[in-house]
Amino acid sequence: MFLRWFAGRGWSPRAHQLDLLQKARDDRSALLIAPTGAGKTLAGFLPTLVELSAEVSPVRSSPLPPRSGGEGSGVGGLSAHTTAGELAEAPPTPDPSPPRAMRAGGGEKTPRGLHTLYISPLKALAVDIARNLETPIAEMGLAIKVETRTGDTPVSRRARQRRYPPDILLTTPEQLALLLSSDDAPFLFGSLRRIVLDELHALVTSKRGDLLSLGLARLWQLAPQMRAIGLSATVAEPESLARFLVPQRDGNSEAADIVVAGGAAAPIVEMLDTKERLPWAGHSARHALNEIYDLIKGNKTTLVFVNTRSQAEMLFQELWRMNDDNLAIALHHGSLDVAQRRKVEDAMAAGRLRGVVCTSSLDLGVDWGDVDLVINIGAPKGASRLMQRIGRANHRIDEASRAVLVPANRFEVLECRVAIDAVAENAQDTPPLRTGALDVLAQHVLGRACGEPFLSDELYAEVLTAAPYAGLTRTDFDDTVDFVASGGYALKTYERFARIKQDKTNKPESRWRVTNPRVRQSYRLNVGTIVEESMLKVRLVRGRGGGGSGSTGALGRGGRMLGQIEEYFIEGLVVGDTFVFGGEVVRYEALAEDQVYVSRASDKDAKVPSYMGGKFPLSTYLAERVRKLLDDDKAWKALPEQVRDWLSLQRHVSRVPGARDLLVETFPRADKHYLVCYPFEGRLAHQTLGMLLTRRMERARVRPLGFVANEYALAVWGLGDMSFMIRQGKLDLGALFDPDMLGDDLEAWLAESALMKRTFRTCAVISGLIARRFTGEEKTRRQVLFSTDLIYDVLRKHQPDHVLLRAARADAATGLLDIRRLSDMLARIKGRITHRELTRVSPLAVPVMLEIGREAVYGEASDELLAEAAEELVKEAMDRT
Amino acid sequence: MTAHAQFLDDEPARATVTVAGATLVVAGVTLVADLSGALFWEEQGLLVVSDLHLEKGSSFARRGVLLPPFDTVATLGRLAAVIARHDPRMVIALGDSFHDRTAHDRLSATDREALAALQARRDWIWISGNHDPALPSDLGGVVAEEVAIGPIMFRHEPSGAPGEIAGHLHPKARVSTRGRSMERRCFACDGERAVMPAFGAYAGGLSIRDAAFARIFQSLGFMAHVLGDVRLHTIAASRCY
Repeated sequence: MFLRWFAGRGWSPRAHQLDLLQKARDDRSALLIAPTGAGKTLAGFLPTLVELSAEVSPVRSSPLPPRSGGEGSGVGGLSAHTTAGELAEAPPTPDPSPPRAMRAGGGEKTPRGLHTLYISPLKALAVDIARNLETPIAEMGLAIKVETRTGDTPVSRRARQRRYPPDILLTTPEQLALLLSSDDAPFLFGSLRRIVLDELHALVTSKRGDLLSLGLARLWQLAPQMRAIGLSATVAEPESLARFLVPQRDGNSEAADIVVAGGAAAPIVEMLDTKERLPWAGHSARHALNEIYDLIKGNKTTLVFVNTRSQAEMLFQELWRMNDDNLAIALHHGSLDVAQRRKVEDAMAAGRLRGVVCTSSLDLGVDWGDVDLVINIGAPKGASRLMQRIGRANHRIDEASRAVLVPANRFEVLECRVAIDAVAENAQDTPPLRTGALDVLAQHVLGRACGEPFLSDELYAEVLTAAPYAGLTRTDFDDTVDFVASGGYALKTYERFARIKQDKTNKPESRWRVTNPRVRQSYRLNVGTIVEESMLKVRLVRGRGGGGSGSTGALGRGGRMLGQIEEYFIEGLVVGDTFVFGGEVVRYEALAEDQVYVSRASDKDAKVPSYMGGKFPLSTYLAERVRKLLDDDKAWKALPEQVRDWLSLQRHVSRVPGARDLLVETFPRADKHYLVCYPFEGRLAHQTLGMLLTRRMERARVRPLGFVANEYALAVWGLGDMSFMIRQGKLDLGALFDPDMLGDDLEAWLAESALMKRTFRTCAVISGLIARRFTGEEKTRRQVLFSTDLIYDVLRKHQPDHVLLRAARADAATGLLDIRRLSDMLARIKGRITHRELTRVSPLAVPVMLEIGREAVYGEASDELLAEAAEELVKEAMDRT
Repeated sequence: MTAHAQFLDDEPARATVTVAGATLVVAGVTLVADLSGALFWEEQGLLVVSDLHLEKGSSFARRGVLLPPFDTVATLGRLAAVIARHDPRMVIALGDSFHDRTAHDRLSATDREALAALQARRDWIWISGNHDPALPSDLGGVVAEEVAIGPIMFRHEPSGAPGEIAGHLHPKARVSTRGRSMERRCFACDGERAVMPAFGAYAGGLSIRDAAFARIFQSLGFMAHVLGDVRLHTIAASRCY
């Protein structure tokens, strides 16, 4: 039947699709590694369709109402939107045949179990896949019921799905967690045969992956017969990803079989050979605007990827300024209004757009066959990441994708060069599999208690089968359960307020259950691991002109909603500051509750740069290749002439950083002294390094004043003459960069770090210590009556080894603080520091020096900032006289 | 990261700095605004603290939000430090000393003893606040609605009257420069009246740009005395938000 269907469409099944089918027949779980466009999703469902078709008779044999076109979910005789009410009225035909055989009649009296569960990171993707599945199911005439379940699914339908599950349910990790926490879970999942995990490479890099892994562990208990199929883009370590799909046992790492789809045409990637002067710094790629515009004009449909929202804003604005041909160019990024994003996606799917400027918001998602060119502006950041983006063009596996990289500055030329080499070699640099986070475990433990009561020993054994948690210690597990129960505090005062309890305390054979229904309700409202930055709604109002007072008084309310913006960005603004948002320069007028009021500004350039750095730092792999490229001047011939000249000059006046050492330059400039180093470890790690270095320089009486970091380098300035101090032996660079800075200095800094407090807040929310959404009336976070910063301070002082602080510190190793990377770097360069004392700034230092004043100067805000504000007051007072 | 379990309590540099207070003038009376958020009237030997919110942690715990139960210990510890510094003859707790009506029942025996030790050898006045309108008599000290000393009236909720020192609003100020910003507790004062910052470890804050402050000070012509790390900073309210 399937071969007929394929043949009917002029296709033949691809090798990997047949391989996957064979794995299913062999009762094996499998990981399919395939580039985009390889028919991955259909491959994932083939075993399901084959199995179900063997169990249901093709609907041709039974009389059927005509298929209602385009309806969301039901196929072949079953109404798409059967409600509970209709079900009650359904003909009570007793069904003598085995459950799965009875399909076409429309009677749903006998509750049947689910056959296949499909998990996607995006709900839009789940909805899209449901639509795509309907075609083969309908054309093959199969009576198979497919439904989606997302946050948008109506309550009545959700309730029905629990009682009368479809054959195939398409959903997200969060909805799976919710279903597992219900009493119906054993019934609902008992019959489950397959689970299909889409975009697995993207899911496993975050805490959502942790949550999903714990859900899988539960499913393996409820449905031991279940087999998994993971669908993934190419990754660096497929073997470790394959472990995610099968239960881990007794420390043996079990793994699913790996199927690799071959035959993808190699992409054609080139760097824009610009006729313009390459900028020293910045991320705008303004110099190449004409060339970018011509590329869009010369192709049918172009996706233009940038790294940050503000870059997208800027580029979009500039392209329209020069759009004499009136090309349909659109903007797409995560903080735009959802309705607006959907409009762009629909226009794109309908082929009405010539270009879309977008951020990682379009990295995943719905396939568009018609994209014929991908332009990547700025740093590629990682080889795998770049390949996935390039794969967004031409979703036909046998045609080569075309991509053009546009570096925005000289360092990015180096990064683009090595990224192109990496793509040619098909080298991957996806991050290693995560170690499961304790805050996610806490959420899962509470969810488990919301369903059937559990035994500690059993749950511990179950959790160990999840690959990210295979190494979880019993102590960490018990501490987490204790945290969920009564907070896990050394001071045992909350036993009477416990959220979960054993019938008999401290008896291993006694089960844990929730103490009251409120706990269950709160869990359900707060499930999930995506903790959004606190966002404010941006509304466009008419400006008041002049320097407003900043109060929220007379300003007209309402105004068109432009989108959302991070609260911390707005916190750094003063009324009257201009910034780019929604493709235009706006002026900050006022803040009220969760609304930011802005007006249209006449300025051409925004006063406050909103380049907050990309979410992803330069990958370790690309960084290493950049260092190697620098170290090998024979390889420079692959670089544009301007860049070669720049590097040659650097070699002449200082030196070029070596592949393994750390180059440190010191030089005076104006009335200050500078230290610039080139670790190439990404902005986040450099920022942390800057914090710790300035603390040490403070103690060494270098009197540092500030620092600025970019992806490649770090510049610190101060009043002390660093060159002189190094010459005199008063400043020892080896000691300054010694890995021991990750001891006490780090701890002291973490105590106050705003980044650490943000990390802690995320853990507090995910673990369920504090709620995002409340039972009863909805309150916003602004109305929450306590601050996690205060809790962090108190907890750190009184119970520094509390499980939540352990979770936050584990996050700090990789997240906003990137400490692990810093520590690897410090170990690498120990005893390998090369110092150059210069009389002035070197060519290589220019880019990072240019960031000074262009970007927020880092350094935790402290008394100096307050003193500065107080100083203004004095000045003001003096001016008045 | 668990290898770094050693936490420093306070930076050594900070411990050696003499705590610098700022001077506040209210209705002709000069008071020292302490870095801890307390106010000291030297001639009277009077120390004032506001909004301790003791047992706020356990108050949330009762409703299933299990905040760390160390807030009372932390608050009393800071109170002990500022009392040791000034050795006042009299202490006024300016209302909302306890987070809810039954909070005092939940004080641990240790915390009760610590509180009694602070009350020994000095007068102690609990002013009632909206969170703790009916304090029992067994807490030591006396309970009052408001207290007048010289030209100053101490009460919990500010009315805006001249000569008033109040709490209740938990003033905080946010200051921004070049894309960086920070937010701290502060005293709000215009020379005629003052609103004190909250002293409690879990007490949050309300921006001094909120309409509630405009009602009390009539205009933006008041100052924020912001609690920095090592000293207080006097910043015009119009400069903060």
